[in-house]
Amino acid sequence: MTLLPCLLVAAPASRLISLGGVDLVIIVAYFAIVLGIGFYLKKRASTGEDFFLAGREMTAWIAGLSFLSANLGSLELMGWAGAAYQYGILATHWYWIGAIPAMLFLAIVMMPFYYISKTHSVPGYLQLRFGEPARALSAATFAVMTVLMSGINMYAMALVMKVVLGWDINFSIWVASLTVAAYVALGGLRSAIFNEVLQFMLIWLGALLIPILGLIEAGGWSGLQSRIAANLGSGSYTHLWSTMGSFTDNPMGIHWTGIVLGLGWVISFGYWTTDFLVVQRLLAAKDLRSAKLAPAIGAAFKMMVPFIVILPGLLGLALLPPGMLIPEGEASKIVGAHSYNEVLPLMLARYCGPGLLGLGITALIAGFMSGMAGNVSAFATVWSYDIYRAFIRKKAPDAHYVRMGRWSTILGVLASIGTAYLVMQFKSIMDYVQALFSFFIAPLFGTVLLGMLWKRATPAGGFWGLLAGTASSIAMWVWVKLDPQALAVVALSSDAKPMAENMYRALWSWLVCVGVTVVVSYMTQPKPLSELQGLVYGCTEVPSEKHLPLVKRPIFWAVVVAAVFAVLNVLFW
Amino acid sequence: MSGKQESISIWFFIGSLLAFYGLLILGYGVYALVWPPATRPVLAELHADVWWGALLVAVGVFYCIKFFPKRAK
Repeated sequence: MTLLPCLLVAAPASRLISLGGVDLVIIVAYFAIVLGIGFYLKKRASTGEDFFLAGREMTAWIAGLSFLSANLGSLELMGWAGAAYQYGILATHWYWIGAIPAMLFLAIVMMPFYYISKTHSVPGYLQLRFGEPARALSAATFAVMTVLMSGINMYAMALVMKVVLGWDINFSIWVASLTVAAYVALGGLRSAIFNEVLQFMLIWLGALLIPILGLIEAGGWSGLQSRIAANLGSGSYTHLWSTMGSFTDNPMGIHWTGIVLGLGWVISFGYWTTDFLVVQRLLAAKDLRSAKLAPAIGAAFKMMVPFIVILPGLLGLALLPPGMLIPEGEASKIVGAHSYNEVLPLMLARYCGPGLLGLGITALIAGFMSGMAGNVSAFATVWSYDIYRAFIRKKAPDAHYVRMGRWSTILGVLASIGTAYLVMQFKSIMDYVQALFSFFIAPLFGTVLLGMLWKRATPAGGFWGLLAGTASSIAMWVWVKLDPQALAVVALSSDAKPMAENMYRALWSWLVCVGVTVVVSYMTQPKPLSELQGLVYGCTEVPSEKHLPLVKRPIFWAVVVAAVFAVLNVLFW
Repeated sequence: MSGKQESISIWFFIGSLLAFYGLLILGYGVYALVWPPATRPVLAELHADVWWGALLVAVGVFYCIKFFPKRAK
């Protein structure tokens, strides 16, 4: 779900933006308030429930905005704005079909099982449903991947700050990560969530002026379309679906089946419904209705994110001189050249003077810190509950695990910093870590989905399905690396680009996971129904919402969001 | 319940920061209106810093008032 590889090869050309005194005051005030929130909330993080689950007292709005904010890293913002410059409006698929159906499915179908089971994490749910082996595999992989991803994000962000502002890489890494470590270690998940809501507001208020002023300059949406068509000689950059009939008809080199089945089904559902980084925010909701409503609220805002991310990329295509931004590989060889991924800061500098510039840069920093805090708080929970308490020290007082949570937050950040410096030395590591992360998401979705919806799935089936799905994903990746001709088999076309390969690899590994889980389950003994209560559809009594007025029911808002989603896809067809 | 301060809402923190940012941006916008700088961004004639700063102040003050920490009776 990220474009880090592209961002990391961006050339450190001359700085794009110079900040003034007022901009620096804005940035310093931001750091002061996030630290202030951490110190203020320290006194409310004394028990395990407080520290790891924010006391389970978040409202639907706070949980929903935090759920979305944990995913809205600044690298996502800059990377997808760059992707919009490169691929046009097709990049919107990652925000719409690549997110909305999955978020609504999580809200209505899966959230009751996560919430009613009272689990503290996704590996925790696997332990309840499939036993310790499935939990161990899931927790260990998640913990390692989270730290590595956090470190890579950290390095990429520092590199962006160097390119955009000319800041020293070491300064950016240490200041931003120690700030995150401080406020998460002090206030736990509550502090991370509160800051994510603050960061969400700053991201919107800092980035919203670009599309508003850009549309004024371009002459509205129709003016934007005609300018892009004139600059590129093609109208396909502003259509979502009409060019998806063939791999060669669109700049992304992808067929609609890859988008719908690979992205819209497996990758999206895998990420939004099983990645603990985002699901953790929902487990902190104050009741089941809030936990179900929160993803619907997140989905409503997710649908609007292309306005501040994709539109600036399209505005770059329409308003910047054609050819001003070039592919990353070429930009890295030319002094002073700008890559696609610099389109967002370039548009920011185009419209914003002192003050507004500081707000925009603060939005980018806030995005980075919200993503990192999400990683770190999820890591601390999985480490403390699913690894340390499960396998190292099973019976200790609650206060001991809270201390472990604080220390693992700090150690997680230090390990991330170590990863950042490792990536600085060996940049190719990043490609492998990206791939490793993707290996796990799709099969995990198969395991959790069958676990929640199919009573017959057995502990052995769950474990072997997860392992086989992950192994098959790795095998396909290695196969294409060793023999590029294999792309025609894995991605159904030799014209497929890396993104298309990821879509299809995810789809096959999910099918392998589901197939193996089903076969092994029929060969092994299922759990008695009494042990599946609160965990599986058909064995769980989900509280009725029929007594609530229509506007208070999560299903009502999920239908509203789904209807808007359908209309938007037709409008931009 | 004995005059102890209730917890401060996150929306109050957000309101305070937005109001502060709004004042800074609005202040600079008015300054630039009176003494225009040598280099100006595209569409500077729309004075986005003035109205965006004013909007931030309005939103920030609204949140500050609505979520001002109260003492429990």
